[in-house]
Amino acid sequence: MIKVLYFAWVRERIGVPYEMVETQSGTVMEFVEELKQKETRYEVAFSDLSAIKVAINQELCEFDTKLTGATEIAFFPPMTGG
Amino acid sequence: MRISVQLNDFDIGKELQLFNSADTNIGAVVSFQGIVRNNSEKSLLHMEIEQYPGMTQKAISNYVEIALERWSLYDALVIHRHGKLLLGDRIMMVATAAKHRRDAFQSAEFLMDYLKSRAPFWKKEVTKDGYQWVKSVLDDERALERWR
Repeated sequence: MIKVLYFAWVRERIGVPYEMVETQSGTVMEFVEELKQKETRYEVAFSDLSAIKVAINQELCEFDTKLTGATEIAFFPPMTGG
Repeated sequence: MRISVQLNDFDIGKELQLFNSADTNIGAVVSFQGIVRNNSEKSLLHMEIEQYPGMTQKAISNYVEIALERWSLYDALVIHRHGKLLLGDRIMMVATAAKHRRDAFQSAEFLMDYLKSRAPFWKKEVTKDGYQWVKSVLDDERALERWR
């Protein structure tokens, strides 16, 4: 089981701040495709991946990063700190 | 190195006094503070800052470590608030301490550039008509290029 977290407008579109998901996906991209097929809200949230960043185990990564060893995966818009 | 991600405001005077006096070799301290400003329509009621607890602290530490390695610094300080903030409220501060000003200025700018687009914070502007998430700016992303 992977803890999946969503922040800012991604969280609003998915409707929950986090959830536990069982997956066999090999990469982040495969995992996103798997989510998109589940329900429309995922399809809506992940419709433009250029507007979304991803982190595995609290470190920024890419969509082609492997899920090996991932206990936590987070999706969010580009950060606006400072 | 001190990093704090917090809801409450902080006393910048006290923070700097403590920071400045940590090492007698310090000859230059640069500090920056970010303030909640109005939007272009002058309709901002307040701002809300969301963060990714856990990752926030880690990401900031990571960039502070890089700054400490890259420049000749004695110390660095980052305080960043989250939650509800009103117009004019302090959002965050960065301070760097070095022997000479060049290291202090450059490292402070480096930290600001990275905090802006690599620390997991998201700003939301609330107005009487609703709210909108602040969009990231391409310029902020480009700002990182000069540090590579």
